[in-house]
Amino acid sequence: MPAAALAISDLPDGRRVVSLDGRLDASTVRDLWEPAHRAVTEAPSRPVVVDAGKVEYCDNAGVALLVDLVAQKREAPVEVANLKPSIQALYHQFDPQRVTQDLDPEPKRRPAIEELGRAAYAAWKDIAELITFVGELTGALVDAALHPRSVRWRDVWRVCERVGADALPIVALISFLLGMILAFQSAVPMKRFGAEIFVADLIGLSMLRELGPLMTAILLAGRSGAAFAAEIGTMRVNQEVDAITTMGLDPVRFLVTPRIIAALLMTPLLVLFSMLVGLIGGAITMTSFSIPVVTFLKEVDSAVTLTDFLAGWIKSFVFAILIAGIGCLRGLQTAAGASAVGESATRAVVSGIILLVVVDGIFAVAYYILNI
Amino acid sequence: MPVHDPLMAEGPPKRTPGEVLISVEHLDAGYDGVAILDDVNFQVRAGEVFGILGGSGGGKSTILKHMIGLVPPVSGSVKFGDEDIVGADGEALERIRRRFGVMYQSGALFGSMTLLENVRLPIEVYTGLPDDAMTLIARMKLALVGLDAFTGHLPSEISGGMQKRAGIARAMALDPPILFLDEPNSGLDPITSATLDATVRRLAENLGVTFVIVTHDLPSVFASIDRVVLLDKQARGIIAEGDPRELRDASPDARVRAFLRREPEKAAA
Repeated sequence: MPAAALAISDLPDGRRVVSLDGRLDASTVRDLWEPAHRAVTEAPSRPVVVDAGKVEYCDNAGVALLVDLVAQKREAPVEVANLKPSIQALYHQFDPQRVTQDLDPEPKRRPAIEELGRAAYAAWKDIAELITFVGELTGALVDAALHPRSVRWRDVWRVCERVGADALPIVALISFLLGMILAFQSAVPMKRFGAEIFVADLIGLSMLRELGPLMTAILLAGRSGAAFAAEIGTMRVNQEVDAITTMGLDPVRFLVTPRIIAALLMTPLLVLFSMLVGLIGGAITMTSFSIPVVTFLKEVDSAVTLTDFLAGWIKSFVFAILIAGIGCLRGLQTAAGASAVGESATRAVVSGIILLVVVDGIFAVAYYILNI
Repeated sequence: MPVHDPLMAEGPPKRTPGEVLISVEHLDAGYDGVAILDDVNFQVRAGEVFGILGGSGGGKSTILKHMIGLVPPVSGSVKFGDEDIVGADGEALERIRRRFGVMYQSGALFGSMTLLENVRLPIEVYTGLPDDAMTLIARMKLALVGLDAFTGHLPSEISGGMQKRAGIARAMALDPPILFLDEPNSGLDPITSATLDATVRRLAENLGVTFVIVTHDLPSVFASIDRVVLLDKQARGIIAEGDPRELRDASPDARVRAFLRREPEKAAA
């Protein structure tokens, strides 16, 4: 026997009686919902009485069924009859017309032109905030240079450890694999011409001038830039940034300066490390093409000049400011809610990487013009 | 005209207690094998609004975490009927957890979902009802806590008190017979706090829902709670159990009277 049942009977006076029987809970309402609906909607001009006299138990799913039937928009009314007093108390808590209505509908989609305007305004606001932030940051860094004692050095060393020392394994792995892959990919075709030795030139130049700084910066953007954004974003959500402001402290000097200094100290070191490990990866790979490590290093030494090295290494200082700056800015821009922190971290990584590539391109053009 | 003192309120009329729903037996409460409360014993009966009181750091939330099976106690048991949640896992734990809902201190609503979606989520996961039915039930739950006009709002767009009420609506989504509320009145203005108390009373009286409320908000205790246990850090356990108004007026223990009358120099720690 089913736990709940529905029966329909049409009376001679024109009324339809929908009788419900048994337990009305989520497991039984699931099967009754459609037939009960159909019984009410298929004859819109016929008055309907929902007879709940035999309903033994009714939870919220059952009440929802009754409410939904009564709220149906039709010519003749639907009424519920013979409810037990305990169920009646549940049922009468709700106004069927009100509760079946969406009182908080989604706002209508804005016209495309308005969306475009809003997007343009948001982009402009972002640029304005970026310019303001750059100004504040420059002021804070100049102040830190003039008054080093005002810098929170304990924070700087703590961030240095996280940005620098903790990133060593991942930088080592990626740089080693990069050197190895470059060596393999270029050595195989070069071997046809007996020119495997020039792979050392390729790896030396590309790791020192381009890939070492860029790959390290991209890794740091994903690792430290996101961490800065999430950390400061969480502080923003927890009103810690407000507390800093109301204490008369400047969030940029208090939170951003230590992170920028730490990134400035650590990124160039990590880039040096990346260049070295990349060369080691290439050298080890080339031993399998009968090029000894010493020969490989001599070839690198002859192909790469100090200018090449400096051209790559100088970029790491600029990249450091970009990664830490954009991470901190996105953190400070965090809105309310837990999802806002994730959004800030994502924005920090995306805009960080875009900026890195753009700035790297600018460096390439500048070096070409300057013939470096 | 006399001024109404919420600390001297008479509270709701006394009701006949129902069957025992939860039994906390010989519970040593704490973390990682280190007990902060010893041999805690009490029972919660069907349909009552039960309070766990005590000072900050007194172990109220720890007891709650043991009761809902989030953290295992050092020893002892928490029985829902015949089933002990301590040590239960897999299906048994799921079965017990289906019998109660929990409202966390901050509401713990999912930030990326609207209020309607938050309340709909457990209904979607556990019932398999038609789409219209799920939405309607979620709306009804929000209507019960006075939030049916905010169904499309995100949690970040509503006030703290509204978030707590939405948390109660979500906890009630599956019609559990027991609701645990962790500090429901903290951070609320007096009017919102009183509205929440009234909601609790209405749900207990009309729907027969049993509430276990962890709180130290005394006006709410006297306005809405039928029975309390008072925990004390120094005594490492319960120092009083009963009707909070009777304890306030006539407890033989001076610490209990002082706590419930907010007299700092004599109060329990």
